[in-house]
Amino acid sequence: VSYLEFLKLAAPEAVVVFTALVVLAIGLGSKHAQVICPVLAAFGLIAASVMVTTLPNEASLFGGMLVVSPLTSLLKIICLLLALFTVTLTRAGTFARDYAEYLALLLLATVGLMLLVGSEELLMIFIGLELTGLSLYLMTAFDKRDARSAEAGLKYFLFGSTTSAFTLFGLSFVYGATGSTALAGIGEKLASGAVSPLLAAGMVMTLIGLAFKVAAAPFHLWAPDAYQVAPVPSAAFIASGSKVAAFVVLGKVMLVGFGPAHGSAEWQSLAAGWSPILAALAALSIVVGNLVALAQTNVRRLLAYSAVAHAGYTLLGIIAGPHGFAATLFYTTVYALTLLGAFGVVAWVRSSTGGDDFSHFVGLSSRSPVLAACMAVFILSLAGLPPLAGFFGKFYLFSAALAAGERHGLLWLVVLALLGSLISLYYYLLVLKAIFVDDAPGGASPIVPAPLQRSTLTLLAAAIVIGGILPTNFVAQIIAAVR
Amino acid sequence: MIAWTIYLTLAGAVVALMSPGVIARWTALLTTAGRRSSSACWRSLMSLIPGIFQTITRREWVPLLGMQYHLAADGISLTLCLVTGLTAVCAVLFSWDVDRRTNEFFFWLLLVVAGSFGVFLSADLFLFFVFYEVVIVPKYFLIAIWGSTNKEYGAMKLTLYSFLGGALVMIGIIAIYVTAGKESVATSLSLHELARFPIATDVQAWVFPILFLGFAILGGVWPLHTWAPTGHVAAPTAGSMLLAGIVMKLGAYGALRIAMNLLPDGFQLWRDWIVVAAVIGIIYAAAVALRQRDLKFVIGYSSVSHMGFVLLGLAAGTALGAGGAVLQMFSHGVIGALLFAIAGMIYRRAHTRDLDAALGHGAESRPAVCAFSFVVASAASMGIPGFSGFAAEITILIGTWKNYPQAVWITGIGMVLVAAFTLRALKTAFFGDKVPAAVESPALAPITTPEKLGAGLLMFSTLAIGIYPQFLLDRIMPAVEAMNFLKP
Repeated sequence: VSYLEFLKLAAPEAVVVFTALVVLAIGLGSKHAQVICPVLAAFGLIAASVMVTTLPNEASLFGGMLVVSPLTSLLKIICLLLALFTVTLTRAGTFARDYAEYLALLLLATVGLMLLVGSEELLMIFIGLELTGLSLYLMTAFDKRDARSAEAGLKYFLFGSTTSAFTLFGLSFVYGATGSTALAGIGEKLASGAVSPLLAAGMVMTLIGLAFKVAAAPFHLWAPDAYQVAPVPSAAFIASGSKVAAFVVLGKVMLVGFGPAHGSAEWQSLAAGWSPILAALAALSIVVGNLVALAQTNVRRLLAYSAVAHAGYTLLGIIAGPHGFAATLFYTTVYALTLLGAFGVVAWVRSSTGGDDFSHFVGLSSRSPVLAACMAVFILSLAGLPPLAGFFGKFYLFSAALAAGERHGLLWLVVLALLGSLISLYYYLLVLKAIFVDDAPGGASPIVPAPLQRSTLTLLAAAIVIGGILPTNFVAQIIAAVR
Repeated sequence: MIAWTIYLTLAGAVVALMSPGVIARWTALLTTAGRRSSSACWRSLMSLIPGIFQTITRREWVPLLGMQYHLAADGISLTLCLVTGLTAVCAVLFSWDVDRRTNEFFFWLLLVVAGSFGVFLSADLFLFFVFYEVVIVPKYFLIAIWGSTNKEYGAMKLTLYSFLGGALVMIGIIAIYVTAGKESVATSLSLHELARFPIATDVQAWVFPILFLGFAILGGVWPLHTWAPTGHVAAPTAGSMLLAGIVMKLGAYGALRIAMNLLPDGFQLWRDWIVVAAVIGIIYAAAVALRQRDLKFVIGYSSVSHMGFVLLGLAAGTALGAGGAVLQMFSHGVIGALLFAIAGMIYRRAHTRDLDAALGHGAESRPAVCAFSFVVASAASMGIPGFSGFAAEITILIGTWKNYPQAVWITGIGMVLVAAFTLRALKTAFFGDKVPAAVESPALAPITTPEKLGAGLLMFSTLAIGIYPQFLLDRIMPAVEAMNFLKP
């Protein structure tokens, strides 16, 4: 493999890294950094997406370290798009003079995500995890005026580094037992022989790190603080981009790498393997996430616990096997767009009313009909109501789960998930009640979002509506890419 | 042609949201009463080919997953579209005086109507479910924002019950979908094709109760009916009319079209239990209605009791029973809407619905129109011959006699109870003794023209179908006989 070819395949990542460095440099020197930097970052992200579309259809370098396929291209574009939306939702005022550094971190985290989705090799995946993780820890603690932001960052970091250690340790076991770090190689090795105790321990430990990334219970404890007190764009990016990439990696590692050790989570025929473990995580996430969310009075914290529950639903697709993976990808992408939008609304409400408790949302429908309508779309999509994309995603996901196995064996998880979404409707309606039903406090002034943010939010809401009414193209692309 | 009911109502909803109050009001009236909505149902009914579930539009939607945009209609769906249209027009007429956030009100109202038209016309399982769930949230806002007594509780309870029903339905639908998809070559969600596809009996045995229960929750089945009275009471007048007139029918229609039609073996296994629940519902709800003081609670429980007849007719397992059930859906839609409309008329003027305290001022202080319509509605509700309620209930009872004679005997008691509570409400509300001058009866505003129009339309409908039920039955029966559940 020549280096020129390598550079061609890695061009999108290279562009983003380069943009990050330039943004950093401008932030140090220029007086107009606050204007130039976001434009430059957005431009870099768009350029990288364009480059992704010019990549060849199939390519694999260095034993799977860098893989190019329709699936990875699609996912890279999704990650870049999520980063782009995060940039447009970020406003300079929040960070004063460190704005350029913040954007550079965001770009580096994006590179990490691209490595994650574009690699089928354990070492590279670990590097991607760490790059994303470290950038996100910093982004969480970035609000220097708020001690709680530092607390959330520290919490996130301590949890993250511990689980990373677990994962790395687990990966070394896996390598020791199979003699390969490429997922395909591990899969072959597993298919030919029984699972040794060493390998089983390795698999479980790897799983811990990934479960932390997707915020599945009981590895979710960092999420509420990070979502609630991190700067809003950071929280949005953690909830969207990082989540999508984490689910992709989880799916790849489990289905490609550990595929043969699938086991069975069907209630008639439980069998050892990773799928019963994932099923237990999913069930716990659904129960814990939804029940704890009931007691929240802060919108961001509520979104964090509901994120735990959604992680539980999304896991169903991976448990269902390769066929369900397409459903997982659809669901998690839609979810990421939805949460990005929801955090966008929260950001505006926060900057106009000084907080993001329920009480700050009261009467939003009369103070800003646009924000209220967008928030309604996002929240109802999270609740899984038609004609929004969240509904279609849920239907797709649950039908994939029920179709797996011989005799509807995953019915118990589907029932649990539906009960969970029944509970979730209650707390989602509480948010909507504050926005639409309760009257605005006397003397409340209208909230007028800036044109850029307003159009971004409208675009996201429109995407959610259209994704629910006409999901055909996106579904077809995902299904084609997964094959 | 009839598909325009859906599109036009949706478009009307958007226009209403965008425009100021007065225009929103007229938009709502025009979209519900216009040439392409209610009257379209009527014309389609007249020109119907009996017995065939006739395709209106059919397009690919998500071909990879077997979903189609497929609308079709037969005598059953058109009958229900007709009652939807009627109720919608009258609901708009009875909300003529909504002056707070008027445009939003009509937006949500039209959304409920559009979703209901969609449910009745869908011939694709997924499409059906989309429309079915679309109706849930607008109800919440209609009640929570514009409602009265205990509105936030009532709204939340109703929404959660609906969603619970929706979740059960979702399990059932997905189970049918994946079972059929696994065994046939092409995954399909088309009702036409699924109805021909034999699903294994052991799968039907567990899917049917889940699916049926899911639908029956929205249809007000005992013991999961409690959302209905609280929801009806909390809702604004138009909201109660929509709930009683349309929303409860969605559940009953789904139970017939989806659960019984697609899972005939499951239906045979479980129908005894449905009969038990239906009979208990009829008696229990009527008995509870007898003890209510709030007029709307009386009507709310009477709705549950009447919907019990629908379930009984469906569970009878005969064509006559199911046909009568569909007729009862129409009849109760009209009568229920009328009763709630009158309760709204009274409440708007007297600001109370308490039967004992403030209503018993005697007939002379009540507007004559109000009293007259209430007498007509009560008579219809009690099942006096000549009104649609009698025609429907007698058909159901005849249809049930063959398989469940005991149920018919017990239900007879229920009918006496219905008569008892209706007469009690009628007497205390309109013909009670005049309360001594200690309580000065307020001067009541006269009945407005929209109210007269709306009440007149509903009274005419129940009387017309009561005198000539054959018009609807001729169209309903072939469609019922074409369904699967009758075949052994």
